[in-house]
Amino acid sequence: MEMAIIETEELTYTYPGVEKPSIEKVSIRIERGEFTLLTGPSGCGKTTLCRCFNGLIPHFYEGTLEGKIQVAGMNVTEHPIHELAKHVGLVFQNPENQLFALSVEKDVAFGLENLGVPREEIRKRVDWALKVTDIYDLRERPPYELSGGQQQRVAIASVLAMQPEVMVLDEPTSFLDPLGAKKIFEDIHKLNKELGITIILVEHRLDLTAKYADHIIIMDHGRIVLDGDPRKILASEEARLIGIGIPKATRLYQFLNSKGARLNSVPLSSEEMAQKLTEIFKE
Amino acid sequence: MIEVKDLYFTYPNGVEALKGISLNISDGEFVAIMGQNGAGKTTLVKHFNGLLKPSKGKVLIDGADTKDVSVATLARKVGFVFQNPDHQLFCETVEEEIAFALRNFGFKENVIKRRVTWALNLLGLKNYRKTSPFMLSGGERKRVALASILAWNPKILILDEPTIGQDYNQKEKLRQFILQMKAQKKTIVIVTHDVEFVAECNPRVILMSEGKIVADGEARKILTSPGILEKASIIPPEISRIFLELSDFGFPTNVIDVYEAGGIILDFWEAKNR
Repeated sequence: MEMAIIETEELTYTYPGVEKPSIEKVSIRIERGEFTLLTGPSGCGKTTLCRCFNGLIPHFYEGTLEGKIQVAGMNVTEHPIHELAKHVGLVFQNPENQLFALSVEKDVAFGLENLGVPREEIRKRVDWALKVTDIYDLRERPPYELSGGQQQRVAIASVLAMQPEVMVLDEPTSFLDPLGAKKIFEDIHKLNKELGITIILVEHRLDLTAKYADHIIIMDHGRIVLDGDPRKILASEEARLIGIGIPKATRLYQFLNSKGARLNSVPLSSEEMAQKLTEIFKE
Repeated sequence: MIEVKDLYFTYPNGVEALKGISLNISDGEFVAIMGQNGAGKTTLVKHFNGLLKPSKGKVLIDGADTKDVSVATLARKVGFVFQNPDHQLFCETVEEEIAFALRNFGFKENVIKRRVTWALNLLGLKNYRKTSPFMLSGGERKRVALASILAWNPKILILDEPTIGQDYNQKEKLRQFILQMKAQKKTIVIVTHDVEFVAECNPRVILMSEGKIVADGEARKILTSPGILEKASIIPPEISRIFLELSDFGFPTNVIDVYEAGGIILDFWEAKNR
């Protein structure tokens, strides 16, 4: 079997000065090129786990890390953040924590400049990232003057420009309007399908995102509670009981199923549900 | 009662954010203001507690012109929970954060204690009483910000993007809580992009685009009109999208609720198999 791009074994982490671990005995395997959705109730440890993927934990946050974690063939505890950053890009929940330069362009170029990428290549990648995220026209504006949604796009563009193998996005569209969010999710899906970037997306809004996922991981109280095929997991009774935002199309499927109206597979989006019902009613 | 009369607002940098808004929100109404980023939603609600004053036109809260009343006076009546909790939180513990405004309003210590406990319980924060707000997750901080406003029991409650970063259970609690507030004749105004949340609550929806109101009516009607929604960068909720696709079979197009949808599909299915 090919080596997984991310693999953890019994990973347990406790923040400094806190007694209870934020994540406990987490063992997961994420394959290269997968689109993984990571979800669970707030405070369940999703963000903490993401911080392990790019080495912020343990290098920046310190605290106690036990167990094993391998990312892109590297043992995270033995490699510094700047080395891991070439492989894993992290987009934060709150873009203000990430942006600091005087222009959008400079913010997006910052990571590449730090890696010593040639001038010409930086120009090319920055323009590309700005275009993909639809903020090319804002390139000369200072990020702090932009709206929350526009700032989030800048944050995504700056990670995108690094062309990492793995992109970890922690609720990247919280501040975007629905059409804006939909477009970002479509773009993330494209990065996954066309460029083969491994995606780990942390999201509560499964209505907009479940359809893109090859793999879903659900956490609760710092532990992994469900891990596997999105269609199986989202239609399960366990997922409903944990209280995650099961897509409406999947809930409609569960409701119909419970009344004896059976569909041949589990829909994860309105498009899939509408298509299934159309097939049935056309017969 | 909130009365907005031909409101215009231009920011000091020249951006004209509101271009002639007129609307009334009665006591006990639950209103969702929706629209794309930059449509002027937050600018509008910042006029409700006097944080912003009209460049032209008027905003009246229970008959009082916001130009004549200080923000501090208005705050007692109008609670405002910001979109980003980090713009609001600053105390060392969650408990102090919630007590802060109560102390400013001059509540007695025993009342403060009772209200803080009430707000902590309501929002599932009682284990974090002594925790620093900055140790909490984004969703938890958001709840601390909400708790700190609820504690003084304002008559009008404005929530800017209350569902961001909230999980399903928290959203469900928020929905229950809003319905409870509504039953107590409180006015609730939420600014939101969350179509699925609005579909579950079915409030009055005011749709904004480019500083103007483009639609005003019940959620069930507005969220199922794709033409109107598109102007405001909003996608119909999932259930509505399924039914819009099925309209060729004679399905109604104004459905936003899962169980209502399920009932209609079952009836159709059974009729077909008969």
